[in-house]
Amino acid sequence: MELVCPAGNLPSLKAAVDNGADAVYTGFRDDTNARHFAGLNFTPKKLAEGIRYAKSKGKRVFIALNTYPRPDGFERWQRAVDQAADLDVDALICADIGVLDYAARHQPTLNLHLSVQGSATNYEALRFYHEHFGIKRAVLPRVLSMAQVQHVIEHSPVELEVFGFGSLCVMVEGRCILSSYATGQSPNTFGACSPASHVEWIETDHGLDTRLGGVLIQRHPKGENVGYPTLCKGTYKAGGNTYHAIEDPTSLNTMELLPALVEAGVSALKIEGRQRSPVYVQQVTRVWREALDAYTRDPAGFAPRPEWTAELAKVSEGAQTTLGPYSRPWQ
Amino acid sequence: MSDFNPRLSLGPIPYYWPLEQVDAFYAMVAASPVDIVYLGETVCSKRNLVRYEDWLAIAARLREAGKEVVLSTLALLEAESELKRLRAICGQPDYLVEANDMGAVQLLRGRPFVVGHSINIYNDRTLALLAADGCTRWVLPVELTRETLADMQQRRPEGIETEVFAYGRLPLAYSARCFTARARHLGKDDCRDACVDYPDGLVVDTQDDNRFLALNGIQTQSARTMNLLPDFADLRELRVDVMRISPQSEHMDEVIDVFEQVRSGAMEPAASAELLKPLMPTGPCNGYWHGAAGMDALNAA
Repeated sequence: MELVCPAGNLPSLKAAVDNGADAVYTGFRDDTNARHFAGLNFTPKKLAEGIRYAKSKGKRVFIALNTYPRPDGFERWQRAVDQAADLDVDALICADIGVLDYAARHQPTLNLHLSVQGSATNYEALRFYHEHFGIKRAVLPRVLSMAQVQHVIEHSPVELEVFGFGSLCVMVEGRCILSSYATGQSPNTFGACSPASHVEWIETDHGLDTRLGGVLIQRHPKGENVGYPTLCKGTYKAGGNTYHAIEDPTSLNTMELLPALVEAGVSALKIEGRQRSPVYVQQVTRVWREALDAYTRDPAGFAPRPEWTAELAKVSEGAQTTLGPYSRPWQ
Repeated sequence: MSDFNPRLSLGPIPYYWPLEQVDAFYAMVAASPVDIVYLGETVCSKRNLVRYEDWLAIAARLREAGKEVVLSTLALLEAESELKRLRAICGQPDYLVEANDMGAVQLLRGRPFVVGHSINIYNDRTLALLAADGCTRWVLPVELTRETLADMQQRRPEGIETEVFAYGRLPLAYSARCFTARARHLGKDDCRDACVDYPDGLVVDTQDDNRFLALNGIQTQSARTMNLLPDFADLRELRVDVMRISPQSEHMDEVIDVFEQVRSGAMEPAASAELLKPLMPTGPCNGYWHGAAGMDALNAA
């Protein structure tokens, strides 16, 4: 099982390669990818340098081009496809049908992966993308239970990549517009969820309020750790209760499912976090490399080691982790 | 140009209503000026108070009443049982089908079909490819703006109809998790039909009492109702073929009536805003259309 790690910049890319990633995924420095944050991502020149580094160590590099262009911006996505081909990347990760169509027709030698933002949760959808664009791999949205993942793999025409660790999207990726409902900008259109430009931190008599697009997301008492106001992790009132109506601030961690994922035939395991620091990339990559190697040496005796779990909890949102949708009770 | 007028459609019921309520609702619809009716369960396959056979019976009655009937499909497909139902819908010969997931598109390729708003058609290249596969009508994704629609209309392939979600609580997200069950401290597998108790969804307020979202099982909707009727002149000028009204549990006949009055020229579009407002569960919004935050209520909304 390939370990696919995030890189928002060159130091992160090197950290991933040096600590055991089999592949690294990146993006260009604009809204053509779903981690469009200030100061993040690569110019074509920096990416060329990163690709040289990774290839010198025998590792692969992917580029995410996984937002949805409107007609007036489509040429920018075309140019990004052509640049990716010029850079000789190992795969281009796309979501939009128009972009996939352009890439398949104009750059037929490029390996295409269907992004998680493409929202393909079933094998009939995968067949569509395979038959039209010859995709080699798809990344599954974080909605399927372990049994459902296995079922999709059994019928899928392409290899599958799943999320193993990192911030947890609770909604089907590519089909969530909560962010633009509050701010006008969504992952699909702008490449960012709950964009920082729309965040407000407001001191009150009781502590600190966080708002997104003016909407109160979280009310922190004095002294409480303050998290980033992501819409789906806020505290709201519903049915007479005040609670995390959608999801707690928590991260996905599938370490205990590692044997099940391998046995189900998952081809690649993805670590979320292109927006995180090189230190995060280094720590998480190293832990997962150790875990995968331990599993390979002794599949039957595999169990997550306490020090791995502790290390991963340190870099998790709210210092909590969950199996998320892989586990039915979570649903 | 002046003789062009959009048709009216009624989207699928997004909520979980008992069969008697659904039957009564479509008896009202049969006698209404709505031209096109989308039918079927699009949110959760566990909702079984209205069975597939019941939907087909309703479809036959509506067709008899002169309506164009389209069968809508599930937006989030996870289990094989869901694909099995999908194959039955896509394979039936009697009605046009609305695909709400690419899995449905795959099954419908080669015959005419509608693409619903939960499939991301954000540019003309995407639309052209789906048109070549058989798509004859597409629904603008709800977060896109009037400007993007104008670009799309200029470039749309010959013979393709455009439909716009013009009224209703906005579909904002889908999840593996059932938020209605969660609100009742139940898991999805043991939801005890919790959605039946919320015929327009369960409203989520912020801690400072802003009615923000509506939980509808695995779907999250806006609490506010998107309303584009005051922008009717735009819709007509852009030659939008179909205006979609998304069902709500109360005042639906009155809402349809206001749409019909504006469409027929009996009422000024701007005058409709104040009439529709008290008919909405929470209040209006139209920000997406104007390139703002979706929840914003701008101009005449």
